[in-house]
Amino acid sequence: MLILDCPCCGVSGEETEFHAGGEAHLKRFGPGSSDAEFHDYLFTKENPKGVHLERWRHANGCGKWFLAARDTMTLEVYGTYSAQTTEPPQDIKDKISAKRPGWSWREFS
Amino acid sequence: MSDAKSALPGARYEGFVKLREMGLQGMITLRGDLASAKLAAAVQTATGTAVPGQRQIVTEGDRAAAWMSPDELLLLVPYAEVADIIAAIETALAGEHFLAVNVSDARAMFRLEGALCRDAMAKLSPVDFSEAAFCPGDFRRSRMAQIAAAMWMPDGQSLQVICFRSVAQYAFDLLSAAAAPGSEPRLYG
Ligand SMILES: [Zn+2]
Repeated sequence: MLILDCPCCGVSGEETEFHAGGEAHLKRFGPGSSDAEFHDYLFTKENPKGVHLERWRHANGCGKWFLAARDTMTLEVYGTYSAQTTEPPQDIKDKISAKRPGWSWREFS
Repeated sequence: MSDAKSALPGARYEGFVKLREMGLQGMITLRGDLASAKLAAAVQTATGTAVPGQRQIVTEGDRAAAWMSPDELLLLVPYAEVADIIAAIETALAGEHFLAVNVSDARAMFRLEGALCRDAMAKLSPVDFSEAAFCPGDFRRSRMAQIAAAMWMPDGQSLQVICFRSVAQYAFDLLSAAAAPGSEPRLYG
């Protein structure tokens, strides 16, 4: 069971108040992209054992989307942060590095 | 004029706390910039209250304003006055980016009364209802078993819940079962 802190309303809630929304920081490839780019955008997703960056929605709460950095193996939540960002904040990256030195996830490390 | 009815008129149950459906309640969803002075003035006119802080509800007589999300309030006002109040809000906020909608008939409201109301609610929602975490003035959106719900304590002995009207019977049945005599979890009282 995960405990997530919603950065939009401040609730510290358990997992069933939220809904997972797949991988975070996706870059959209739409009109004008190549078939390969569009395919990867739709189907090629990270599925790590370890550090993962995800979108979550506070579905049974304030209704807002936010992002979370967590560990799929230990279920530790490193932190949650605004969906209006293009990369995880430094303090969350530092927390991950403390637990998982040398981690990387797509272009982040 | 149509004959307006609440979801479960007069529904009551008496267990280790008293449960009742609260009848017709005016509810207005107000979305916009909660930091805007114009919006604050419109809320003051509608409910007689300030804009509530994050996850708070402020009450004035038979009216209240509750914080739903960073850009949304729920205004509780007398049912018969909703149309006039929305018209006033629309005038006051003309030119701003906002939305004011009558959701009175899309919602149902219940009240639990009794010293153990926290205990009954704790069976249904993954929320810390201890006095340290949840008091009169707090407003919490969460789930109640399988449905979304918003709850607050008008006073230390009662708890009110708002849910969608379409699930009012489910909510009433849940709350009744949670209040069944002899099933007190006594987590909080
Ligand atoms: Zn939230």
